[in-house]
Amino acid sequence: MSRSAVGYAVLVACGLVAPFLLYPIFLMQALCFALFACAFNLLIGYTGLLSFGHAAFLGMAGYMMGLSVKQWGLPPEVGLLVGTATSAFLGYLIGSLAIRRQGIYFAMITLALAQMLYFFCLQAKFTGGEDGLQGVPRGHLLGFISLADDRALYYLVFAIFLLGFWIIHRTIHSPFGQVLTAIRENEPRALSLGYDVDKYKLLAFVISAGLSGLAGSTKTLVLGFETLTDVHWHMSGEVVLMTLLGGMGTVLGPVVGAFIVKTLENRIGEFGELLAAHTGVEWFKTIGDSVTIVTGLIFVICVLAFRRGIVGELTALFRKPRP
Amino acid sequence: MKRKLISILVGMALATAPLTPVFAQAKAAGAPKLSDGVVRIGVLTDMSGLYSDLGGAGSVLAAKMAIDDFKAAEKGKAFPIELVSADHQNKADVGAQKAREWYDTQGVDMVTDVLNSAVALAVTKVTAEKKRIMIDTGAASTRLTNEDCTPYTVHYVYDTYALANGTGNAIVKQGGKTWFFLTADYAFGHSLEADTSNVVKAGGGQVLGAVRHPLNASDFSSFLLQAQASKAQVVGLANAGGDTINSIKAANEFGLTKTQTLAGLLVFITDIHSLTLQVAQGMMLTDGWYWDQNDDARKFGKRYFEQIKKMPSMNQAGVYSAVTTYLKAIQAAGTDNSEAVMAQMKKMKINDMFAKNGYIRADGRMVHDMYLMQVKKPADSKYPWDYFTVKATIPAEEAFQPLAKSTCPLIKK
Amino acid sequence: MEIFGVPLQAMFGQLLLGLVNGSFYAMLSLGLAVIFGLLNIINFTHGAVYMMGAYGAYILMSAFGIGYWPALVLAPLAVGVVGMVIERTMLRWLYKLDHLYGLLLTFGLTLVLEGLFRSVYGVSGQPYPVPDLLRGATDVGFMTLPNYRAWVVVASLGVCLATWYVIERTRLGAYLRAGTENPRLVQAFGINVPLMITLTYGFGVALAAFAGVLAAPVIQVNPLMGSNLIIVVFAVVVIGGMGSILGSIVTGLGLGIIEGLTKVYYPEASSTVVFVIMALVLMVRPAGLFGREK
Repeated sequence: MSRSAVGYAVLVACGLVAPFLLYPIFLMQALCFALFACAFNLLIGYTGLLSFGHAAFLGMAGYMMGLSVKQWGLPPEVGLLVGTATSAFLGYLIGSLAIRRQGIYFAMITLALAQMLYFFCLQAKFTGGEDGLQGVPRGHLLGFISLADDRALYYLVFAIFLLGFWIIHRTIHSPFGQVLTAIRENEPRALSLGYDVDKYKLLAFVISAGLSGLAGSTKTLVLGFETLTDVHWHMSGEVVLMTLLGGMGTVLGPVVGAFIVKTLENRIGEFGELLAAHTGVEWFKTIGDSVTIVTGLIFVICVLAFRRGIVGELTALFRKPRP
Repeated sequence: MKRKLISILVGMALATAPLTPVFAQAKAAGAPKLSDGVVRIGVLTDMSGLYSDLGGAGSVLAAKMAIDDFKAAEKGKAFPIELVSADHQNKADVGAQKAREWYDTQGVDMVTDVLNSAVALAVTKVTAEKKRIMIDTGAASTRLTNEDCTPYTVHYVYDTYALANGTGNAIVKQGGKTWFFLTADYAFGHSLEADTSNVVKAGGGQVLGAVRHPLNASDFSSFLLQAQASKAQVVGLANAGGDTINSIKAANEFGLTKTQTLAGLLVFITDIHSLTLQVAQGMMLTDGWYWDQNDDARKFGKRYFEQIKKMPSMNQAGVYSAVTTYLKAIQAAGTDNSEAVMAQMKKMKINDMFAKNGYIRADGRMVHDMYLMQVKKPADSKYPWDYFTVKATIPAEEAFQPLAKSTCPLIKK
Repeated sequence: MEIFGVPLQAMFGQLLLGLVNGSFYAMLSLGLAVIFGLLNIINFTHGAVYMMGAYGAYILMSAFGIGYWPALVLAPLAVGVVGMVIERTMLRWLYKLDHLYGLLLTFGLTLVLEGLFRSVYGVSGQPYPVPDLLRGATDVGFMTLPNYRAWVVVASLGVCLATWYVIERTRLGAYLRAGTENPRLVQAFGINVPLMITLTYGFGVALAAFAGVLAAPVIQVNPLMGSNLIIVVFAVVVIGGMGSILGSIVTGLGLGIIEGLTKVYYPEASSTVVFVIMALVLMVRPAGLFGREK
């Protein structure tokens, strides 16, 4: 067995044991965001496209999933499919419009279209606007496996995460993925070599959107509700942060980034107390209220000094310098 | 490859190391609910947003005072009680997640305040799922005791029906027959607009139109223009907190108050304090409690004022009363098991500085007298926070929606 | 008289309000366009510095008792200095990299700035009084217009036109434009290009802060006032043409008016209309209505 396979096996084993050690709801949330970040990374890390509107895919899928399970009474696995399909379709629409431009214009278009979607969600009746879509039942998987227990649901979520991750892994390490990397490195060259660059970009966009949708639908299943927070552009910014922090263009970077950011958000109050206790500076106690400040600082530091992200930097550190 | 593996593992370790505190708590959650020997109360409120004056740190203080007073009354025989608090930032997802985490990992038994109807509706679902108790003092939507009622929810202080009944009726009787609404676009605003419209129509009036504004809107000018264009006699403000304050200020700025009457459907004493009597004088409002209404209330008000330099709103006074009632119910029932405590609370008569002859109905509605107030003119105010004249007392039975009309599935018809 | 079922009075009222909003859009997008057009930086902090300008005025008043008129000058100066510090210490390192890093950095800075003000002041707004000279309202027939809002339109238009004039018609402006097209050459002529860039960034930021001071008496001074606006302002700049000064002024005003119209006929769409227009413009004329393809 190759070394990387062993590595992955170890991680999977950790994942299987985790719900007995840690709060399952938190783990499931982190996994959903990890999948979201991985899907996003496919676009920025491997195709070189910065989408600033990915929250649209996360949120819309969540809403559609909630709607199908709550209003239409569909079983959860069908609901997940509905959510994923919605996002993939949205990805196709938004992607086709945005791909025509490059660089910053691409990012601006995705931002604008996502913002349109946000206002649509704000107004639409079925989303519940500011109240959110509440009371999404967990139901029974395949008709008989009850998902009411947090641990049972965790294994489903973990399986979904592994599936999504595997898809991304296969995509990256395939000829298709190689072309994407070529496009990122030097688009005009790829074009001159005869590749239909736009088609590749669009396909990558759709895959990324679809998997983000899968993450969003799963999150709605776990939490039982969906709100406007998931379609707000702050969420789009958050996924950029997770990917940047973890390491753009690395396979596991986004997972690491997602876990760190989510842990930060949850535990920052305690960090603050810890810091206050050690340094005696009272102000640290108020950090708990300032998740945004810390998030912003991480962004700034990452962009200025830490562009390869955690996994990127660690990998570089361990690489032996060539003689 | 090995290096990559190591880097990945280090990364994951970095990510999960801070989670160990959660580890310790998750284990505690497995222990039996007769709560690890402690009664934990959570105040879930808006700490820094547009509703922070009505609840926020004031609610936490009120809860603390209630706990201290209870302990003093029991002279050391009281069971251990702990208080936690959190900011839900007016977001339903933040509130629901916080409540869930409290229930799962910190053994919280009862959650109170929960102002903001959207958050309340989300938290009530989680509370019912986890079989704890929510005594909501801050939210207004009648849905909490109708279609969204649960056996674990108590709606304590006021709701949109009581507000509509009080203020709406009073203004219609004074001659305000045509109305236009400026509504906060979420559960609370819709609820208040609907209930008041019913009252207006029942009183022979007409609703000429409504405009929805986003929560925490900064600029009301275009909405007020529409209100002016409608030529309605009364402009009903179906919003609260910062939004109400801004609407009133803007209405004055645009000269709306010269030709139309402003009806603040939900106004707290803290709002009047921000607006000043100069601006708010003459306004009619419905309130559940006023610090100057009797001796007990005055005593509480002054004690509270010493700590936080503001007089309590009906929400904060309500938190005090709710926590006291809850603790007394545990004392009487001998357990903090939710079903037993709920049953006990529904049997109790609530007589304290907050309410006289109050009681909790089968649908979770705490019924008590409401008061129709009018804001004093600056000349008539003799001392700080002397803002209201009590125009009428609306007896409990009349103030709230009759039990027979409730759509709560818990009630046997 | 009615047009499409809406009384003329109501429509004019909304249009006038739209003009007021449009002046804010114009001022903000002007600063953004100056920074992008001349420096190639996507300045996400524009919303945050707008907010800081408003807070600057508030702090000047509450802590130092300095009134509105001095604040109109002092606050933008102070915030402009902050902007220059940011440019010198952080943005400078990113010029060689992809534009997108600048966007991400400024996004992070926005979070920090908003978070800081939020932790000090909370999310609910601080009131700021209208200056005495501009109090009261005038009945213009179809609505009562508060005098202050009329002043806002006048002030913003004045500043916008002055800026346009300086950049497009004076020598200093010519240096600036040359400096961004070909910094090496201009530097070879002896002009201190990095200093110019820093000053320009500071100026763009000061413009936003000025808009903030103008806004303080109108809306509540709260930490989130910028983040609500920033995306709309981006859209305005993209529609107008990312390097074009005139484009952002015209588009900003135009958008304010279109929004006002939308509020009359179809209020639910008033927040989305700008994005629809932006998407359309990007499809048809990606450089923007007045922009030049770089």
